[in-house]
Amino acid sequence: MENLTLASHVDAINWNRVVDPIDDEVWDRLTGNFWLPEKVPLSNDIPSWATLTDDEKTLTMRVFTGLTLLDTIQGTVGAISLIPDAVTPHEEAVLTNIAFMESVHAKSYSSIFSTLCSTKEIDEAFRWSRENTYLQAKADIILSYYRGDDPLKRKVASTLLESFLFYSGFYLPMYWSAHAKLTNTADLIRLIIRDEAVHGYYIGYKYQKGLESQSEERKQELKDYTMNLMFELYENEVSYTHDIYDSVGLAEDCKMFLHYNANKALMNLGYEAMFPKEVTKVNPAILAALSPGSDENHDFFSGSGSSYVIGKAENTEDDDWDF
Amino acid sequence: MLLVYYSSSSEFTHRFVGKLRHPARRIPLLTKQETLRVDEPFVLMTPTYGAGRNQGAVPKQVIKFLNIEENRRHLIGVIGAGNTNFGEDYCRAAKKVAVKCQVPLMYRVELLGTQEDVDTVNLGLDKLCASSLKTAM
Repeated sequence: MENLTLASHVDAINWNRVVDPIDDEVWDRLTGNFWLPEKVPLSNDIPSWATLTDDEKTLTMRVFTGLTLLDTIQGTVGAISLIPDAVTPHEEAVLTNIAFMESVHAKSYSSIFSTLCSTKEIDEAFRWSRENTYLQAKADIILSYYRGDDPLKRKVASTLLESFLFYSGFYLPMYWSAHAKLTNTADLIRLIIRDEAVHGYYIGYKYQKGLESQSEERKQELKDYTMNLMFELYENEVSYTHDIYDSVGLAEDCKMFLHYNANKALMNLGYEAMFPKEVTKVNPAILAALSPGSDENHDFFSGSGSSYVIGKAENTEDDDWDF
Repeated sequence: MLLVYYSSSSEFTHRFVGKLRHPARRIPLLTKQETLRVDEPFVLMTPTYGAGRNQGAVPKQVIKFLNIEENRRHLIGVIGAGNTNFGEDYCRAAKKVAVKCQVPLMYRVELLGTQEDVDTVNLGLDKLCASSLKTAM
């Protein structure tokens, strides 16, 4: 058996001496976002679940077991594997929070299943998750980098999981929500999506911090590694997407969402977007399900004229901004 | 057109602003530092903060800057930086500033922004410059 790698030395953590303000900020954000699946009234989705066809039910359960697998990996291996590489004690603490929330996410899919499905159906979906080639491939690719000995490569793998690999799965509850189906389930998924954004941002930020002290050669090596890993995962994601969504004709629509999120994953790592705008045109209904109002046109600049009127300058105090 | 922006040490907004061909001034990172004073029309760009749903969305450093009446008087619009993953909270800070100061929310950018975002904002700020010149004449 390989030796277990733990942090070699631990000092009592002093939150009154924070080295990196981002640690403090992200801790507050994560704890402020804390939730449990029991708070979401999933049982209100029972009538809606009954309106789905058998194929749609099977698809939905498979997608959720796929997401469960990723959350399990991230909770029990991924976030934990980053702890020995942490550069501040507060980073270690944030990573334990991330690991725990991933376990909450993994459990929340089981809450959805126990509310909507039979034991037999649940067991069948989990069996599928163990046997699906593409799902297992994505788990294997990520796990191989978590087991590797390069701390920065681990962060890249982790960020791509948090900010890219989940989205072939997240697409479906957003699609159902856009069609007024399984809306409570979608509320729960949106809580997960919000958490993953903070995780991807944070781990990507720590990667960029780690890059600063590296040589130009090493920076280039890591950039090439990131792009290669993204392509490897992307090819597998495309196969996975066709495998699960072809039967309902949603694969192409889902791929737009994948490209859009792949770009965001790269940006979390500090790299420029890779996919051009032609292939990142996310269905507005999906975008609106993800972020209400995000489909509204706030592009003031493309309006005719773009002239402006200076607003009235009222007095403002600090308290005025918390509304 | 002058752009005034706040960016945390993660530098996302800073990097986006760096890709624009318009002058920019950065609001100091720490609240205890002296804030900027601006005496010409400008567009503000800000990310969204906060743990809670309704509290603390606008970064404290931005509030300190906007609490100066002269600065607010020259504000003509806001650009938000954010991530749609935050759902209803996407660019909440920019929306709050727009409502409070009665100026338009002009555009929203995710993370580092795409090339399309850079082009759109550059052109938009060009148009605002032209319109500002006309007003002056």
